[in-house]
Amino acid sequence: MRMPASLRLSPKWAPYVFISPFLLLFAVFGVFPLCFSLYLAFQSWEPTGGLGAMEYVGFANFSFALHDAWFWKALRNTLWLAVAAGVPQHLVAIPLAAFIHTSFRRLRDGVVAVYFLPYITSTVAIAIMFASLFSQDYGMINAALASWFGIPHTDWLRSAANIKPAIAFVVFWRYVGFNAVLYLAAMQTIPGELYEAATLDGASRWRQFLHITLPGIKPMIFFGVTLSVIGGLQLFEEPFILTGGGKVDPQQAAMTSAVYLFREAFDFNDFGGASAMSWLLFLVVALLTWITNLAFRSRKGRA
Amino acid sequence: MMKALSEKFDPSANNRSDKKTPETTHADDARTVRPYPRAPVRPSAPPMSFSDDSMRGVRTFAPSRRAVLGAGLAAAIAPAVRAGAARTLTVAAFPLVDQIVKDAIPQWSQRHPDVAIDVVMRQYDDHHTAMTTALSTSVYLPDVMALESSYVGKFSMGGGLSDLLQPPYGIGRYRDRYVAYAYDQAINRKGQVVAAPTDIGPGTMLCRADLLERAGLHAGDLQPSWDAYVDAGIRIRKATGANLIGNVKTLKDIVIRGGLGKGQGIYFDSDSNVLVDTPRFRRAFELALRVRRNQLEGRLATWTNEWAEAFRRGATATELGGSWMVGQLANWVAPGTAGLWRAAQLPEGTWVSYGGTYYAIPRDSDPAKKALAWELIEMMTLDPARQLAALKTQDAFPALLSAQDDPSFDQPQPFLGGQHARLLWRDAARRITATAVHRQTNFAEEVVNTELDYVLDDGKDIRQALSDAARLLERRAKR
Repeated sequence: MRMPASLRLSPKWAPYVFISPFLLLFAVFGVFPLCFSLYLAFQSWEPTGGLGAMEYVGFANFSFALHDAWFWKALRNTLWLAVAAGVPQHLVAIPLAAFIHTSFRRLRDGVVAVYFLPYITSTVAIAIMFASLFSQDYGMINAALASWFGIPHTDWLRSAANIKPAIAFVVFWRYVGFNAVLYLAAMQTIPGELYEAATLDGASRWRQFLHITLPGIKPMIFFGVTLSVIGGLQLFEEPFILTGGGKVDPQQAAMTSAVYLFREAFDFNDFGGASAMSWLLFLVVALLTWITNLAFRSRKGRA
Repeated sequence: MMKALSEKFDPSANNRSDKKTPETTHADDARTVRPYPRAPVRPSAPPMSFSDDSMRGVRTFAPSRRAVLGAGLAAAIAPAVRAGAARTLTVAAFPLVDQIVKDAIPQWSQRHPDVAIDVVMRQYDDHHTAMTTALSTSVYLPDVMALESSYVGKFSMGGGLSDLLQPPYGIGRYRDRYVAYAYDQAINRKGQVVAAPTDIGPGTMLCRADLLERAGLHAGDLQPSWDAYVDAGIRIRKATGANLIGNVKTLKDIVIRGGLGKGQGIYFDSDSNVLVDTPRFRRAFELALRVRRNQLEGRLATWTNEWAEAFRRGATATELGGSWMVGQLANWVAPGTAGLWRAAQLPEGTWVSYGGTYYAIPRDSDPAKKALAWELIEMMTLDPARQLAALKTQDAFPALLSAQDDPSFDQPQPFLGGQHARLLWRDAARRITATAVHRQTNFAEEVVNTELDYVLDDGKDIRQALSDAARLLERRAKR
């Protein structure tokens, strides 16, 4: 059945109509909040007074944020967690991917799926699970450490010294599989002939890994590291839930920048300050992403 | 007496004539003997739904995300039964308060058969976030909103809530009927009264009588001073191995509130000067340090599994909190310890309040329904029968003085070994005074808790800790 001509999309408009659902949603949930938070960063606002209660304060929110001891503390926490959770992800994921690539044939998809599972599991479920695993008196982690190594029960989530490693471990556990999948995909694009030729030349497995696999997956390492940098600096859900919304956080040791600016708005009622901080955080993310890019590019130039 | 009125609300004429059928009264009995725990998280109640009435309750406006999503939902689950009501009053509430309002619907519908009440329930945190959002955008405002007392202080600064002193409300003439501090707590800096108190949480000390007895103590030995309280803790520890308290922050929080004059702030005075580097805070920190050094605290975060488990195992000998803590312990934290607990006034004649519930009317809600909204609030907060019903079913301690003087108010508490504890709490309620809330109160509390962690965990000097806290707060105080 043909549609009447009046109802048919003209080819001129069809592309725009087809992409409009995304653009509309992006405008509502992406562009508008972005612009609004930029506007808010220059206002002082008691939110329960209504939209009319805003007052223009210039750069006061930014100068407040830059002089706020907790803003810097949160940024230091964030960088610590980004490094402690991010670096091991890649150091483990690359050999893991190589191992899966060479050692599994028929079971490979199943093994990959198991490693990938944490990535697609709800963060809330993961955080709740780890909260009970990390429990001081009744948690399985302490029970295992005590029975295998005789280590006395550790207060993981309520001691300033332990909560950062605990959260870094959760983040590592969650994303290592995702990175392994990335690297595995990259390894599958490396032509098998290279390895065959190397074997004929008498190169060891380690040499092959160093001189064929690593250079072959370098673009993917750049991609994975960039994702880790951005994700690590925006880390929010794991620390937020494991600290009960940031409220049970000894000495704010696990308060990342994202958690702090959320609390600045919703717990401490300072939406203007929080917006300013979110833009400062954006600048940090942009800067570090750019540096990552630079680091990878210069090596490529040398090679 | 409430039986015939407490059946499920249905304004249609047919059902109203059935009001006194035995089935409905029977159903009511089943409900009242199984009171809901006043737990902070209670997932059993249905989440907020976009029913037909809630859509009508809020005025229509240019389609938003929620309206578009809600319209679909409404079409799917529109309840036909409510179609009879001409108007709807929307009440936004959090768990247990929602149930208290729902229980009042039969009484309301006798007065106003043409006005339905739609209770929109969200979990505690979600509710207050939703109310913040609704007030900030003036969209989706309920006609009546329930607020926990700390949020009353927070919201009172913004001007988003109606001044209940003004007509058509006129809460001023009822001032003497409410517990004094509960009423005063709702007065903002401009002298407006932004909410009406419905239930309160007078502070109390709960102790395990059996553990105290094994240490050769009774509750009175803990009361003369905070030092006596800690001394008793040392003896309890020796005799029974139990901790004095689950978390030492609870102790610190009371000591910093002790001895405040009426209308004084905890962390800031009325000119936003920081009050943290004072003897009041030093004493609290010293006591906390003494508790920690003698290993008298469980180092447990309140409301966690470990915290509850310690109560169940008798590893915590006392708890300092609102009177509602008894209901928490009895219903879900440690029901097995029933009869072993006793209530007493807080040590050193300290009178503090722990939370409470208020009803407020948003400034920008539908003006045509504001008088009705106030009438509902009057019914909920000034009718002794309603206040006592809330006490009976949900353990909500009445903010209405006449309800506290009712013969049915004083009941022996089985969880407290038959003690007549409500009289104790009533006495406390009448001595508590309101404290001023500063807009940085939440932040100040967090900063002080952090410095206390430094003192307890890392051995930081108390004077240094308090002056560091004061410096951090000074930057914010006048922001």
